[in-house]
This record gives sequence, structure tokens and C-alpha cells, in this order.
Amino acid sequence: MTSVNQTALPQAEPLLRITDLTVDYRIGGFGRKRTFRALQGVSLDIKPGETLGLVGESGSGKSTIGRAVLGLAPVTGGDIRFDGRSITRLSKKERRALSSDVQVVFQDPYTSLNPSMTISDILSEPMQVSGTSKVDAQRRVRELLDVVNLPSNASTRYPREFSGGQRQRIAIARSLCRHPKLIVCDEPVSALDLSTQARVLQLFSDIQEQTGVSLLFVTHDLDVVRHISERVAVMRRGEIVETGTTERVIAEPQHAYTKALLLASPIANPARQANRRRERRLFLDAQAALSTAAR
Amino acid sequence: MTDNLVTGTRKSLEVVSSAPQGDKLIKKFLREPAAVISLVFLALLVVVAVLAPLISSYDPTATRLADVLAPPFTAEHPLGADGVGRDVLANLVYGAQTSLSSAAIVIAVSLLIGVPTGLLAGYRQGWIDGVSMWISGALLSLPAIVVLLVVLARVGRSTSLALVVFGILIAPSVFLLIRGSVRAVREELYVDAARVSGLSDIRIMVRHILPVVITPTIIQAALLAGAGIGIEAGIAFLGLGSSDKASWGLMLNDASQNIFNAPGLLIWPSAALVLTVMACTLVGNGFRDALANYGSSAGPARKVKAAEHASSTPEPARPMKKAPVDPGDALLVIDDLRVSYPRPNGEKSDVVKGISLRVERGQIVGLVGESGSGKSQTAFSVLGLLPGQAHMTAGTLSFAGVDLLGMTPKERNGLRGARIGYIPQEPMSNLDPAFRIGSQLTEPMRHHLGISAKTAKEEALKLLARVGIPDPERVFKSYPHQVSGGMAQRVLIAGAVSCNPELLIADEPTTALDVTVQADVLDLIRSLQAERGMGVVLVTHNFGVVADLCDQVAVMRNGEIVEVAEVTELFTNPREEYTRLLLDSALDSTSKTPADHPVEADMTTETEGAR
Repeated sequence: MTSVNQTALPQAEPLLRITDLTVDYRIGGFGRKRTFRALQGVSLDIKPGETLGLVGESGSGKSTIGRAVLGLAPVTGGDIRFDGRSITRLSKKERRALSSDVQVVFQDPYTSLNPSMTISDILSEPMQVSGTSKVDAQRRVRELLDVVNLPSNASTRYPREFSGGQRQRIAIARSLCRHPKLIVCDEPVSALDLSTQARVLQLFSDIQEQTGVSLLFVTHDLDVVRHISERVAVMRRGEIVETGTTERVIAEPQHAYTKALLLASPIANPARQANRRRERRLFLDAQAALSTAAR
Repeated sequence: MTDNLVTGTRKSLEVVSSAPQGDKLIKKFLREPAAVISLVFLALLVVVAVLAPLISSYDPTATRLADVLAPPFTAEHPLGADGVGRDVLANLVYGAQTSLSSAAIVIAVSLLIGVPTGLLAGYRQGWIDGVSMWISGALLSLPAIVVLLVVLARVGRSTSLALVVFGILIAPSVFLLIRGSVRAVREELYVDAARVSGLSDIRIMVRHILPVVITPTIIQAALLAGAGIGIEAGIAFLGLGSSDKASWGLMLNDASQNIFNAPGLLIWPSAALVLTVMACTLVGNGFRDALANYGSSAGPARKVKAAEHASSTPEPARPMKKAPVDPGDALLVIDDLRVSYPRPNGEKSDVVKGISLRVERGQIVGLVGESGSGKSQTAFSVLGLLPGQAHMTAGTLSFAGVDLLGMTPKERNGLRGARIGYIPQEPMSNLDPAFRIGSQLTEPMRHHLGISAKTAKEEALKLLARVGIPDPERVFKSYPHQVSGGMAQRVLIAGAVSCNPELLIADEPTTALDVTVQADVLDLIRSLQAERGMGVVLVTHNFGVVADLCDQVAVMRNGEIVEVAEVTELFTNPREEYTRLLLDSALDSTSKTPADHPVEADMTTETEGAR
């Protein structure tokens, strides 16, 4: 539907390259200041048109990587390069200019849309600040609603009139409005019902096929990663413990933590789940034996 | 748990309408008679003030010795004249001008200072916030009336100056209000999304943040108006106001000097002042109430209006037409259970539509479905924990042969926690942050089992060790915020089984947990069940969890059970189309690619739920 705009780059060149990224959050107000290290020397690449899954448990720092790319997290060390230039420390003006290329879809479809704005306003606002005319913006809004499979009469309605999955479609439409090269997806399907999850994931795949956009897909769910991304990085405590093609990481996990994650995720099949449970028991016992032996 | 409850009922109660939010607010406001009368009164006052020269031909400040204390109800002076011969009616209507302009000055000054600084401090935070908080604290600690007297003593009599100074002194109240609301909205994801969209800070403030703070500002302005009018009257009464203007305060001053000669003079300015200040306050309150009923525009959760509570306790009404089902020796028997909620438009929405279910002793029954399927409502019906406005009926609801429908709330209370245990979804919000974990564990045990504090503690420590907590002593002494979510869920499980219940109801017990923790918690529930032979009702949306734990599964959709089957049977040979659709949607390794999933083109008829 839109022009495939990433062909300008040679295939080998990554669209996003993160090198040795460190993020520290300050906690506590006046007086006693402490810092919390959310990311510790993280490096990763995303090629144009590629999806990288970033998987980990709560507090692993996976969302922080996405927020750092968007300029919403305090970067204390390392470098983020996008499209060949460093975007680690941008002025507000430069960051605004970048916003047409780097976009976001958040987890919570209930708070990521302003409740007092119509869908049309929500979708056209980012275009209007970049100088698109009202008529063009309206045309694009209709296009976008079509892309995400929402009826065109949705534009005059308010977010509260839509269900969670439909709101997430609206958020996806907003992220697409200025033909971005990269979308940071921060747990975009975690709050959705199962059958809705599958459909929204399908929408992401379709959009990627049509527009060639790259996705940084943050999730806690290995099953979601399996469906959406070619490559995956597994995170734990602010570090990446394993990277590789999704197929390889799931079939032959190298790191013990990846293995633990895989074995912990229950299968919707009683017999196979009983098997996996046994495997997990054995694995955990072996780990425990290893750690006592190491002492 | 309550979160889930509110979400569940909200979705079914929400009336979809395309009316803009502002219209609704005004409609709500118009339903408050006191506020509407007050607003009309203030409007009339404005008209009187504007038309003052037409109402009275007298100059309010002109004194005429011949008319000193002239009696009222004469053609010349309809309300009489005061101690120095000024016309009372003229003073009253011109005084309205002064009062209203005083209100305007105070509102203008305090909003001009308070709103921008509040927006800035709330949005930018950092040092701006620190400095402005410090200044606002300093201003608030000054005694306003003393400062005013000092200023007037130095500068001389000037009502306007006094009001400007008062506006500055009271600006912190506006500042704090705006700052607080901004800080709340600032954390909303849509503000982050706006930043990522490349909007400038100013645009974000104007478009996304200002609309949210406008309503509380209007309420505050109404209250400030009252304060401004009071201060003006006070200053004029003390003789510190401008002498060339009519004022109700000045009228009071004159009336108090002639209190023995002409006590009637007090009535007019007092009545004017009291009514006006009261009207301002009532208008403010009216807006606040309208806003409270209408729900905050920022938050997703909309509460049901309190007045719509049909009955304060969900007392079940038993339909007599059906003979109760014989419970036999089943642990839990549910027959024809119905739950409905009143809608704002007077109709009711059914969330559970006549379901029947049986749980045998020692059996784990999964209640599985998507959001809004009524699975949690079913669980809460068994627990007797439905919210007040819910209306529940059932042919049979019996637990271990005891009829739950005939029980008093007190008897139900005695059952809960003792013979029926409950594991909630959100471990953190189900522990009281003000009490140590130990006391929250031992309290129910002492109450239900009647054991001593010492025995209860020993039992609690044993339980904590049993649920896999490495350092029971430390956790026993900790507050909830000092342990992780997984630990908190283990604590709640320990609490749920502490009184040896025969039935355990677990409402999405692992949904809020990380996947590795989820596996541990599932193992724990399984081993506790095996050890104690409890019956378990497990509410979940996750088929992996069902496959892991359940013996029997009931699939729910739109308040109905579409299929009940033994677990292996359900997975290998689902009878219903809907069950098959749900199983196909599971993203785990049992399904192949997303292309296998049916994608319906017609989005208008479909509702996509969020958990």
C-alpha cells in the first residue's frame, strides 16, 4: 500500500545498531539519590524489514531498550545508531524530526489513546505537526483505518467505544501514519484475549509485508516471538544472554536461562505438557546439583 | 481481584454512545437543582451589576444629609438610605459590580499564576518542580489577612491592589491542583505516544494535558470567586478598601454603626453576601458531583453510579418454579446460575446466563474463556463476593451438601477462608500494605480455627516453608511491598490453604506472574491439591495452564458454558466450534503459523476483548 522505502539501504547495513548500551534510572527525590541499572552493556542489530523479538521476564530491561530507542529512557553509556547516524543524545528538535521514522505501539490499549480525542484526531495529529494538510491527513486516516481493518466510520468515534483489540489496531494505525522505518512494539498483544492476539499478530505480519517496516518486538511470551520474529534476543537482569534465529534458540537453547524459560511455558496439550513438566523438573534438579557442586 | 471485577462489569455496562463527553457533563450538572438555582442566581447578579445605572439613578457614593437614615419602601428610596444619606438600593446594585469584579480579579490572578506554573512543574518536573513547590509552600505558610493589612497600610486604601495580592497568596492552591492532575496524566501512555509522535512540549500540554485539568480548574475557580468576594467585603468593612466604590462590606460597616437606629440596614448587604458566596460554592460543588458521577476522563475504569444499586447486598432470589437439583455427594453444585447488572438506562445486562456445573471432591475443574465470558463472575458467585449492584439467582448453589443460597452473609463469611479458600489474580493488591505478612496469615487462622497466636505463628511458618519460601521467618515479619510478586502469590496461596479448605477457588492465579514463576506456582497448586485432596475451581484464559492442571474443563462464552469435557477429551476431540477456535488461537507450539488463524474481515460485528 505504501512505498517500500528501505530499499535505499544496502542489505548488510543494519537499520538500528545498539552498541554497549547502559541505562541507569535515578530513584528517590531530593537528598538520598540512588541509581538503578536497568541495562548493562546491551548490543543488538536490526536489519531493514526485519523483526527482532526481545524476550524476557519482568524487570529484565526489555522494555527499557525500546524506550531508549524512542528517547524515553536516560542513556548513560553506549551508542544507538539509526539509519547510519547516532541517535543516542538528540536535541528535542532532532528527536521530533526523527519521529516520522521511529514509532511505537504500547502494551496497554486503554491508556495509550487519549480518551477525549476522536480516532480521526488521534490519527491525524502526528501528521498535522509535520505539516500535512488537513485534506491529505483525512485521506491518510481513511487509508490507515483500512490497513488495520477498522470500518471507516470509526474516525468520528472515541476510544472508549472500542474493545481492547480494536484500540490496539488504532494504536498500530497511529504508528504507521508517517511511513516509519522502525516500530518499537512494547508488549502490544499481552493485554489482549487469545483469539484477538492471533489476529493482531497477523496484522503486524501483513503490515510488515506491505511496508517493509522493521519491528523491535518486546514481549515476555516466547510463543508470541515464535510467531512474529525471525531473530530473538533473550534478556535477563539488564543483559542479553542469548541471540539467534528464533528457530535455533527455541530448538537448541544455548543458555540455561533460555532453557528454563522454554520449559516453564505450558503447552496446550495435556500429554505433552506432562512431559514438559517432567523435563523441567529434571532440568531444575540438574541446575540445583550444578550450583551446589560449584560451591 | 476487584480490578478484574470492575473491568468485567464495566465492559458489559458501558453504553456506547457517540455524544461528546462535554455534553454529558453539562447534562449531569443540570440534574443538580441546588447548583442550577445557584447558577441562575449568579447570572441574575451579573445582569443586575451590568444594568446598575438603569436600576438606580443614584450615585452610590453621593451623600445627602437630608436623606440620612431615610425609611425604606418610599418612592424616593425603595430600600431607604444609610447613615450618611446614601441610597441603599444603589449601593446594593453597584456593590454587586464591585463584588463580581473582585471575584474576577482573584480568579484571573490566581489562575494566571497557578495554571502555567502547575502545568510546567507537573510536566517537566525536575528542578522547576522543586523550586515552584518551595515557593508555593512559602506562600501558603503566610497568613493572608496579615499580609493584606501590611500591604494596605504601606500603600494606602486600594481594593484592587488588595485583591491582586490575595490572588497571588491563593495561587498555590491552583498550582497544587493543576500540578497534581498533570502528574497523574503525565504517566499515561498516550502522553508518551504523543512525544514519540514528535509533538512539541507546548502542543502536548495544550492538546493532551490541559483538557484534563480544565474541569478541576473550573471547580476551583468557583470556590476562589467566593473567597474573593468575602475578602473584598472584609477589607471594605475594615475601611481599607477604595472609598470611591460601592461595596457590600462598606454597607455592612455603615449598618453596624447604625445598628440601634436602623437595624434593617444590615439585612440587604448580609443577604447579598451570604447568597452570592453560597451560590459560588454550590456551583463548584455541582460541577464536582457531576464530574464524580460521570467518571474521570483520564481513567479507563468508570464506576457505576451509587444510586443505581438495586439492593445493597446481592441477596439471591430463588425462583420457585424449578425443583432444586439433588447435590448428592458432590462438593459444589451450581444449577441455573444467573448474574446480571443494572445498566444506566434501566435495563439489565446478563453476564452469567443460567450455567450449571458440578465439582467433585478432589477434582480440579477449569473454567476457561475470554474476557467478558462470565468466568470470574461465576467464581465470585460461589464465593459470595459479587459487588453490591449485582443481581444473582440460582436454582441450586450448594457446597458440600449445604445450601449456600439460604445462608446469611455472616454464615457465608464463616465459610470463606475456612472451608472455601480463594487465590486472587493480583497478589499485591490483595495483601494489605499496612500490615505485616505474618499478621495477615495468622489472623484468619485464629478466627476460623480458634487457635492461639503462638500456634498460629508456628502453623504460618510451616505453611510458608511448604509453599517454597526460602526464609519463612523473614517473610513472616515483612510488609507486602518488601517481597516480590511471585512471593506474594505464594503467601496468598499459603493463606488460602491455611484453614484446610475443602474447595479452593483460584481466579487467574498466575496471570500476573512471570512464566518461570507461573510454572512454580502451578506445581505448588498441584502438589497442595494432591496432598490435601481439595476440590479446585481454576479460572483462567490460558489453555496451557488448563492442560497442566485440570481434570475437567468448562469452556465459557458470553455468560454460557458451551462445552464441558474431561481434559484430554477436550484437547484431542473438542465438540464445539468455539472450543476449536479458541484452541486454534493458542500461539504455543501446538499451532504452526499465524496464517492458520482465521482472520475475520468484518471487524464491525466482531468484538476484540482485552484481558
